[in-house]
Amino acid sequence: VATVSHPPDAVLSALSDPTRRALLDALAARGEATATSVARELPVSRQAVVKHLGVLDRAGLVVGRRDGREVRYRVRAEPIRSTARWLQGVATEWDRRLLAIKRIAEEE
Amino acid sequence: MVPDSIERDVLIEAPVERVWAALTQAEHLGRWFGDAGAEVELEVGGAVVCRWREHGTALGVVERIEPNRVFAFRWSLLSDEPPRPGNETLVTFTLVPEGASATRLRVVETGFRSLRGTEEERRRHVDANTSGWKGELTELQGYLASQPA
Repeated sequence: VATVSHPPDAVLSALSDPTRRALLDALAARGEATATSVARELPVSRQAVVKHLGVLDRAGLVVGRRDGREVRYRVRAEPIRSTARWLQGVATEWDRRLLAIKRIAEEE
Repeated sequence: MVPDSIERDVLIEAPVERVWAALTQAEHLGRWFGDAGAEVELEVGGAVVCRWREHGTALGVVERIEPNRVFAFRWSLLSDEPPRPGNETLVTFTLVPEGASATRLRVVETGFRSLRGTEEERRRHVDANTSGWKGELTELQGYLASQPA
């Protein structure tokens, strides 16, 4: 049984910030959007949105494509899915350990 | 979307003292923790060592001990590295009596969102790139195989 598979922490830490989560939600709702248009929806400056988009981009959570003078971003779901799978693996491992403890305690 | 903690529990048909022994005593610990032996120094600040045949050793530090009630440790999610902010999570077991002779054993692992930089460190490890995705997929297959059809 695999046990210490490495944590996808770029994704986990990118998602730890509530503004970035709101930003992802806003992008997901629009399908594709520029920093300027998303900043209009959120209580943060365009500069802050650009900075957060950079973090999300490095974690692979968004991808941008140049469109004239602006960059249009959209959400990539795969890192979120694979992170959820990683966490599911951690949970499964705890289930296995709890059952082993149960067997030991109920022996005799 | 992605939680900071994981919580699991199990009902055990044994009193808390027996569950506590299974959880913390050296002769039992090696059977449920890791697959190549485990050791715990049962005092706050004591070392936690959990060995796997294929995944190296996980290192931890005991945070709390309240006999028959709470056992908690911080541990590193990177093999063979001591726990520190950035690579560690906190694991807390609690034992609650249920009825006359049963125990609810709960485990909470928390701090996933505070992990930092372990992926970059991983890239510097020569042996590590084999374990990430492969381990994850093995877990997933194991999980799927264990689900009723």
